[in-house]
Amino acid sequence: MTLALEKLNRLGLSRDDYRGAHTTLCAGCGHNSITNHIVKALYDSGIEPHLLAKMSGIGCSSKAAAYFVERAHGFNGAHGRMPSVATGAKLANRNLVVFGVSGDGDTASIGLGQYCHMIRRNLDITYVVEDNGVYGLTKGQLSATADLGSTLKKGRVNRYIQIDVCSLAIDLGATFVARSFSGDGKQLVPLLQAALAHRGTAVLDVISPCVTFNDHEGSTRSYAYVKDHDAPVNTPDYIAPQEEIAVDYEPGTVQDVELHDGSHILLRKVDTSHDVRDPIAAMRLLYEARRTGEIVTGLLYANPEADDLCTREALPARPLAEFGVEELRPTREQWDDLMAQLV
Amino acid sequence: MPGPGVNDFCIQAATVNGSGSQSANLVITRALFHMGIPVAAKNVFPSNIEGLPTWYDIRVSPHGYQARKRTVDVLVAMNPATFVDDAANVRPGGAAIHEATMPRYGAAARDDISWYPVPFARLAKERLDAKPDLRKYLQNMIYVGVVAELIGLDPAAVERALRDQFRAKPKAAELNLEAIQLGVSYARENLTKTDPFRVAAMDRTRGTVLLDGNRAAALGAIMAGCTVLAWYPITPSTSLCEAVIEYAERFRVDRATGERRFSAVQAEDELAAIGIVLGAAWAGARAMTATSGPGISLMGELTGLGYYAEIPAVVFDVQRVGPSTGLPTRTMQGDVGYVHTLSHGDTRHPVLLPGTVTELYEDAQLAFDLADRLQTPVFVLSDLDLGMNQWMTPPLAYPERGVDRGKVLDAADLDRLSRWRRYEDVDGDGIAYRTLPGNPNPRAGYFTRGSGHDQDALYTESPDAYRANMDRLRRKLDGARHLVPGPLVDEPGSSTLIVAYGSTHHAVVEARDRLAEMGTPADYLRVRGLPLHPMVAEVIARHRRVYVVEQNRDGQMEALLRAELPGELADRLQGLRHFNGVPIDAESVLEPILAAARPRPAVTARPRQRGRPGDGGPSRDNEGALTGKPALPVRPAGKLTVGSGGVLP
Repeated sequence: MTLALEKLNRLGLSRDDYRGAHTTLCAGCGHNSITNHIVKALYDSGIEPHLLAKMSGIGCSSKAAAYFVERAHGFNGAHGRMPSVATGAKLANRNLVVFGVSGDGDTASIGLGQYCHMIRRNLDITYVVEDNGVYGLTKGQLSATADLGSTLKKGRVNRYIQIDVCSLAIDLGATFVARSFSGDGKQLVPLLQAALAHRGTAVLDVISPCVTFNDHEGSTRSYAYVKDHDAPVNTPDYIAPQEEIAVDYEPGTVQDVELHDGSHILLRKVDTSHDVRDPIAAMRLLYEARRTGEIVTGLLYANPEADDLCTREALPARPLAEFGVEELRPTREQWDDLMAQLV
Repeated sequence: MPGPGVNDFCIQAATVNGSGSQSANLVITRALFHMGIPVAAKNVFPSNIEGLPTWYDIRVSPHGYQARKRTVDVLVAMNPATFVDDAANVRPGGAAIHEATMPRYGAAARDDISWYPVPFARLAKERLDAKPDLRKYLQNMIYVGVVAELIGLDPAAVERALRDQFRAKPKAAELNLEAIQLGVSYARENLTKTDPFRVAAMDRTRGTVLLDGNRAAALGAIMAGCTVLAWYPITPSTSLCEAVIEYAERFRVDRATGERRFSAVQAEDELAAIGIVLGAAWAGARAMTATSGPGISLMGELTGLGYYAEIPAVVFDVQRVGPSTGLPTRTMQGDVGYVHTLSHGDTRHPVLLPGTVTELYEDAQLAFDLADRLQTPVFVLSDLDLGMNQWMTPPLAYPERGVDRGKVLDAADLDRLSRWRRYEDVDGDGIAYRTLPGNPNPRAGYFTRGSGHDQDALYTESPDAYRANMDRLRRKLDGARHLVPGPLVDEPGSSTLIVAYGSTHHAVVEARDRLAEMGTPADYLRVRGLPLHPMVAEVIARHRRVYVVEQNRDGQMEALLRAELPGELADRLQGLRHFNGVPIDAESVLEPILAAARPRPAVTARPRQRGRPGDGGPSRDNEGALTGKPALPVRPAGKLTVGSGGVLP
C-alpha cells in the first residue's frame, strides 16, 4: 500500500484532507498560492477540520474559502460583512477555529467598519486579506488599498491615498499584525501558523497580485513590483507547543514571542532594531515604507497577552450553542419573585 | 358602578422632558393600580434629553380600556410652552391643574373647565429643603400630591408606589414623599374641587401586573434560551435589548465563577447586529436582535442571505415613525409590508403580530421555535406604544414546554443516515436538515452561501437547480401559514367585520363595545401572523363590509390582504387608517364605521373634540351604509376564539 508512505500530521490526517474544491480563479492568481499556503499551515498545525469555520465575504478572495478543507463548515457571507458573521459564530461556539478570508475591497472599503470593530473586540480569528489593490470580479476598478499614484491597466492613475490595513489595525489596538506576499510561502506559512495559535484577531495582509487586472507596469501590486520592493523586517519560524526550540542564534538577532497555546514564533530579525511588541515601532516602519515605496513584510506587531472577545465576555468553556434551555431559564422560584416585583 | 367621572377619565401631565416627570407619573399610575383601578399609561415624548415638551397620559377605566383617549379630562400643565394648546385639548367640564405663574390666555383662559392654580416653583423653593438642581424634580412630586388630593388617591397607595419607585434610594424617597405631602396639604388648604373626576377603590387589578412590551419580549427571549444578543441602540427598541441584558445578568451569571451564559454585543450598526445573529444561529446558538424601522432597512441584505442560506434569526422590530429626524419617538405600524418581504429577490419572512404584552412574551418564544423549525429569519412586530408604555397584564406564565430546535443532525444522526444533503427536502415540507459547525462527523461540513447552490450546498448557477430550490423555499414558507398563530376571531354575527393587528387591538376593543351599545355591532378578526393563515379569508368571506384598521397612511396590511384574497373578497375591504404619531384611539375607529352605518345621506361623524395639532383621526371617509340590521348580542370582549395553528409538532 502506498498509503503507509503518505505523510500524516499529528491528527493522522494527510495534506489532502485539508484540500478543498477546485479553484475557479485565474491561472497565476496570487490567491491560489495563498490557498496552498493555508492548506499547508492548517495541515502542519494539525487543525481539526470539523472545528474549522471558514468565513468569507464577497469577491475573488472570498471565493477562496471554498478551496481548502472541504470537510469544514464554511460561510460565504455578504460583501464586507464577514467579521460580524464570524463574531456570531465564535460567540456561539468558542471551540471553533475561525478562519476568515477577505480581500481589499471586502475589508478596506465596504467592510471597513466591521473590520475595525472586529479588531477592537479582539475576536479570536485568523483574518487574511488577500490584497491585490483591485476589484477583480467586477473587472478592474481601483480598491482603497491601491497606492497613491499606482495605475490601472489602461493607465488611469489612482489619485487617492491608500488605506493601509496593517497600520489601521495597529492603531485600533490589534493584537497580531503581519504582512506577507503570496509568493513567499517560507514566510507566510509560519505566520499563518502563528496567527492560528494566537488568541485574538490576527490580521495578515497578504499582497497577492492580480494577474488579470493589476500586474502591469505602473501598478504597485504587480509581481515584479512586489519582488523588487519586498523588505522583510524579520523571518519567522513557528515552533509548535511541544516542540523544542533548538536554534542557535546571535543574541539580539532573534525575537521569541510565546503565543497563548504555548507555541512560539521565532523572528530572525532583518532589521535588528524592530521590536514586534512595540506598536510605535511598527507604525514607524509602515510610515517609512510608505515614503520609500517599500513593502515591509513579516510580523509587524504582536500582543499575545490581550484578552479576546470570548474571554472579555466571560463565556463558559462550554460553547453557548450546547446549553439546553433548561440550563438557561430562571427557576420557577426566581420567576415568581420577578413577577411579584412587577407592579 | 359609581357616578359619572368616577374611575373613568384620563389625566395628562404636560411637562418638559428631562424634568424627572416620568417618576412622578409612575407614582400616580402605580397608586391607581394599588387601589385596584384598571390603569394604562402612555408616554408621548420627544427625541431629546432635556427641554422639549412631553406628555404622559394616565387613563383609568372601570372597563379596563387601555387605548389612548383622544381628549383629556384632567390636565396637569407644567410646561409654559404648550400650556395654551394643552388647555385646548381638555374636554368641556374637565379640570386643569397648572403652575400658577403661567399666563392664562387663549384656550388657557377658557371658562368651561375647572382651574387649579398651584405655585409649584415657589412651594419647592420655599417649603422643601433641597438643592436648587433637585427642585425641578420635586415640583413634579408636588403635583402628584395635588392630583392625589383632588381625585382622591389613597395616601397609603401613593406611599407604597413612591417607595417602590425609590427602592434603591431610601433618602430620596423621604424627600419625595415630603414633596407629595406638600402638594396634598396645599390642595386641601387652597383649592376647592369643582370637577367630577375622582377615584374609588375597586378590585380590578388583582392578579395582574403592570409591564411594558419591551420587557415582556425580553423575558420571552430569556425563556426561549436566547444566548446571543447583538444590537444597535435605537428608540424605541433600546429598552428591549437593555432588558434582555438586565435579565441575563440576573439569571445567567454563575455567581461563583462569574461565567455568563449569554453574550450581548452592542454592534457598530444594524448590519453587524444581524450579521452576528446569523453567525451565531448558524453555529447553533439562539440569537436575536431588536431594532426599529431604520435598522430594519440596514438589515435588508443579510436578512435575504439568511432566507436563502436558511439560517434562523429572530428580529424584534419595535416600530416607530420614519428615518432620520422623522418622529423617531412616535408610534406607527409602518413596517409590516416592508418586513414581510425584506430584501431583494423572492424573499418572504414569517412575521408575528402580537397585540398585547402577554402575546409579545409568547410570540418572543414562538419566534425562536419558528426560526429554528423553518431555518429562516422570523420577525416579531411590536411598536412604540406596545413596547414602551405600561400595560396591565396577567403575570407571564412560566413555560410548560421545552423548545423546538428544528431539524439539526448531530454526529450520531449522520452515522445512522446513508445519505445527507444539506438542502434536500426529505420530509416534503420544504425544510431540509442542517448540521452545525463543530459536528465531528466527517460528512457534516458544508459551505453556506446565497441562492446559488444545489442540494449539496455546492455552488451552481444551473437554472434547474435554482428553480427547484426556489420552489422548495416556497413550500417551506407556505407551510408557515399553519405555524404562525391563527387569527383571533370574535364573530357574533354582524355583517360588518373589523380587521386589525398589533397594538391597534385596544382601540378596536373599546370601539366595538361602543358600537354594540349603539346597536351597530361589528365582528372582529385580529391577524396574528404572516404569511396569512387560511382562516383569515374564510372569516372575511362571511362579511359584507370589512374595515382594515391600521396605524399607517397607505394601508400596508390591507395591501397584503388584497394581494392574497380573491378579487370579490378584496372588494369588500375598506382601509381605516390612523397616522399622526400618537396611538390610535377608539373614536378613530368608531366614527367612520358609524358614519357608514347610518342611512344616507350619511350623518357626518360627531364633531371631534379639539385635538393636538395633527390629531386628524381616520384618513378615509367611508361611504355607503348598512341598513336595518337589528342589534345582535355581543360576546363579552376578550373571549376570542383562537384559530388553529401556532403549535409546533
